Amino acid sequence: MRHQRWFTPWVLVIPALTWLLVFNLWPSINTVILSFTNAKPLGGGTFVGLKNFETLIQDEQLRWALLNSVIYMVVCLPFLTVLPLLLAVLVEKKLPGITFFRTAFYTPVVASAVVVALIWQWILDDRGLVNGLAEKLGVISGPLPFLSDQWLLLLSAISLTIWKGLGYYMIIYLAALGNVGRELHEAAAVDGAGPLRRFVHVTIPGVRGTMILISILISVSALRVFSELFILSGGKGGPGGRDNSVVMLIQQYSQGFEGNLGYASALSIVLFFVTVVPMLVLARLNNRGAQA
Amino acid sequence: MSRSFGFNTISPREKVARYILLAFVLLITIGPFLWQLSTSLKGSGEDIYTRIPRLLPSQPTFDHYKAVADTIPVWDYARNSLVVAVLVVGGNVIGASLAGFAISRLQFKGRKLVLGLFLATLVLPGEVTIISQYVTVREFGLANTLFGVALPGMIGALNVLLMYNAFRSLPIEVDQAAIVDGANAWQRFVFIGLPSVRGTISVVAIFAFIGAWDDFLWPLIVLTDPDKYTLTVGLQYLSGTFSNNPRLIAAGTMIAFIPIVIVFATLQRFFFKGVEEGAVKG
Repeated sequence: MRHQRWFTPWVLVIPALTWLLVFNLWPSINTVILSFTNAKPLGGGTFVGLKNFETLIQDEQLRWALLNSVIYMVVCLPFLTVLPLLLAVLVEKKLPGITFFRTAFYTPVVASAVVVALIWQWILDDRGLVNGLAEKLGVISGPLPFLSDQWLLLLSAISLTIWKGLGYYMIIYLAALGNVGRELHEAAAVDGAGPLRRFVHVTIPGVRGTMILISILISVSALRVFSELFILSGGKGGPGGRDNSVVMLIQQYSQGFEGNLGYASALSIVLFFVTVVPMLVLARLNNRGAQA
Repeated sequence: MSRSFGFNTISPREKVARYILLAFVLLITIGPFLWQLSTSLKGSGEDIYTRIPRLLPSQPTFDHYKAVADTIPVWDYARNSLVVAVLVVGGNVIGASLAGFAISRLQFKGRKLVLGLFLATLVLPGEVTIISQYVTVREFGLANTLFGVALPGMIGALNVLLMYNAFRSLPIEVDQAAIVDGANAWQRFVFIGLPSVRGTISVVAIFAFIGAWDDFLWPLIVLTDPDKYTLTVGLQYLSGTFSNNPRLIAAGTMIAFIPIVIVFATLQRFFFKGVEEGAVKG
């Protein structure tokens, strides 16, 4: 039964729906269309058939970017699924001052990736805090090239992403922990299970669904990385452009007279498939686990 | 609401162990920000590269904050970021609550389809469509404008779904009673719907603000004119073009960082309340 004029719901929905159509759905379609052109950032461009996709296959920078993305994802996954859960357990108990700690742990999340990357650039500088301390302690004789070596730069960006993500996933786990029944913990404790066994047998199964969701979020955001690598590499993508991510390549082709929005769109399609794969795999794992 | 391990009481030993761990994590998460703040306040004559790091500046000064403003128009950039953030917050709070209310509380043909459309866009990472979004904004004549930066994010699909979820938890009997009393859809939205979803609205607003203030890739693509930069793009411009002085860059990062921390610290209780209400479940 309706209790309003037929158009009332539509009046309320239309702004949001317009945005969805103009800024989500149409760009999705247009990305595919653009990928068959050589559209320029300042306008113009013609249909070029499959040329962009032929270029993709031979693009060495893309190969590095994809390799970097996979490394990024594989390293981030274990750290960011486990550490934030431990943090959530740590801040779950309402001790005096716990709100302060929760807020403080969340601070890296609310800071811009640009801000934290510039901070880390200074900390990891040849004469920065980390190298200074390590030299002082005699662990190394010369500064480690955190920001100029291909692999160290990638590793530095990964560490930064992990550090910045801790608080974000901690909060999601914290919400999930609230739904793990207290009775289960108490029952397990009565049965003589210590904190470690209760963590493994009560807490982890209790947040299993959240863990899968978080794994999906981590994988997708690792594959979409941009700001950390961009800033730490000074916008250059590391030595020989070997520290680019797919999104960095998209950005590089989006600007200037050399830019090519057609090729950038073809790269966007690669990004789409790359990010959808882990989503499907992990969602499938979740389904199978739920049935078992 | 203590829902932690076992029982309400914890031993003094566990308490101490927990505080030690908390302090350790605090050092890791907050330490880098303090280090940057300290660097930004250290005098030009002070050795910032010293082997034994000193957290407290020996010649504290605000000079570098002034120097940033002499190098790049940093206060204009801050204003630009604020303009974009306010537009995005306003758009999302209004647009997402209206749509979320209609989809969850009003009956109409095509409701399921509309909901499905919003859900479907969630699997699409924003970066995938960023290039064609730029083309759309350019067609509107909004390339290289702040409005062009704000526009696409002004009603986010995720926020519509968050509001939908929040309105849905309100019992349907309340609506029916209001209908019997002769309240129209608009009155039910304003007097029944909105007051009951304040927690989620604040979460939407906080995240819209933080997201817009912190965003880097999108303004980097849209803005070409250094006069129009937002803070994040301007900071990259500062560090890439002008300066190798860590004190100056540190001061610049603090100008971008401190406002967002103040916003978050002031509103954090709404945020954590929203978390408990289930507004942040991914």
